[in-house]
Amino acid sequence: MSAEPIISVKNLEKHFNDGAVHALNGVNVDIAKSEVLVVIGPSGSGKSTFLRCLNLLERPTGGTVIFEGTHLTAPRTNINVYRRRMGMVFQHFNLFPHMTVLRNLTLGPTELLKKSQEDANKKAMQLLERVGLADRADAYPSQLSGGQKQRIAIVRALCMEPDVMLFDEPTSALDPEMVGEVLDVMKELANEGMTMVVVTHEMGFAREVADRVLFMDEGIVVEEGAPEDIFEHPKSERLQSFLSKVL
Amino acid sequence: MAESFARLKESFIFNFIEGARWKYITNGLWVTLKVTFFALLLGVAIGVVVAMIRSAYDQMKDEMKPGFGKTMLTVLNTIARLYLTVIRGTPVVVQLLIGYFVIFVSTTNTVFVASMVFGINSGAYITEIIRGGIMSIDHGQFEAGRSLGFDYFQTMRFIVIPQAFKNVLPALANEFIALLKETAVCGYIGLMDLTKGGDVIRGRTFSAFMPLIVVAAIYLGLVIFFSWLVGKLERRLRSNER
Repeated sequence: MSAEPIISVKNLEKHFNDGAVHALNGVNVDIAKSEVLVVIGPSGSGKSTFLRCLNLLERPTGGTVIFEGTHLTAPRTNINVYRRRMGMVFQHFNLFPHMTVLRNLTLGPTELLKKSQEDANKKAMQLLERVGLADRADAYPSQLSGGQKQRIAIVRALCMEPDVMLFDEPTSALDPEMVGEVLDVMKELANEGMTMVVVTHEMGFAREVADRVLFMDEGIVVEEGAPEDIFEHPKSERLQSFLSKVL
Repeated sequence: MAESFARLKESFIFNFIEGARWKYITNGLWVTLKVTFFALLLGVAIGVVVAMIRSAYDQMKDEMKPGFGKTMLTVLNTIARLYLTVIRGTPVVVQLLIGYFVIFVSTTNTVFVASMVFGINSGAYITEIIRGGIMSIDHGQFEAGRSLGFDYFQTMRFIVIPQAFKNVLPALANEFIALLKETAVCGYIGLMDLTKGGDVIRGRTFSAFMPLIVVAAIYLGLVIFFSWLVGKLERRLRSNER
């Protein structure tokens, strides 16, 4: 990798319950600009914890996370500023149920980026148009389907104009027939050159869209490489056994 | 039947019309409403702030780095807990007397003293109501706010509190109704509220039935009216979530 990585993770550790549970045991990853990194692994492997450590929703117990040259894990870093540039999409959408779709999308831009409501609305409507949900701008989240909710959640993150998008199992809570519409939006995003870190069980998506796949188990990166290497020529026994179960 | 009705009418006229004694009731009612209103405002303000301190401490004590912020929060949390313990552990009448004879000795404005005391008292209960509301909100809401870049208090203000408020509205209404009735002990510090007004009439006319029943009926009417109002508000707040 020639250019400076956009996110650089060194020796990342996360222990829960005073060290009784080791979720992450020294993870090292560099993520390049415009790279799509897909993280796979069995449940409890630490892949979600890894993702949540990147924007410090989970505070690492050891190691460093460097984002665009800033040590996020340094004690004096104001994490709120950097989170604005790191969009996050959750398994359970977490839309704000007391606001309309449009307000969900513009709350961050108006309150944090100090955009005018008008500018924020314009940007939000453009993005809604692109995911095909412009007609739902005035709906409340409870009036949407799961797939629609997740597309709105992606747009909500995009409205902050982030440099990186983090996806935490974005399709795991969806009915099967709605998975496609969400993955399509993510694919489009990847094609536009968005830097993405995606934790997922969608092996098809990983194979098709990922630039690099990370296989995690028991809090470490067991194997990483291009999707074809990971899926066609798995080296480690753990990856082979994992793939035999999920493919 | 007609005879007892006539006697009631006569008693009503004697108790309220003669000597314009109805003014004790109307003036008293006004005082009761004023004290309840200001106490509620103060109580909700205290409740929101203290509930935020309490839940901020509970949620963040593990993730915060040692330093000024954490020390402040720990101190505030200790004060908040002390406040809750003392206020909920002593009778409101005693608090009222202490407020009047010990704390606010220099003022003769009893409406102010009563509003303060009932506000501070009710704030303790409202704190716990709102804290329960905050805890009832899915943690994902909190994470979504934080992940956008909102700090703890912004997340509370824009995302958690508005939802929590909706969830606790019935409990808050309950507290408001309790507060309205609790202010009936205002007479202890010589404040002419609705109850005291009725009691003064009783003292003048030596007839207990009419003034006290009317006072009770007015309280009941107020409670029924406010319950209805809150019900309406609740339905309106809920309507957009269907």
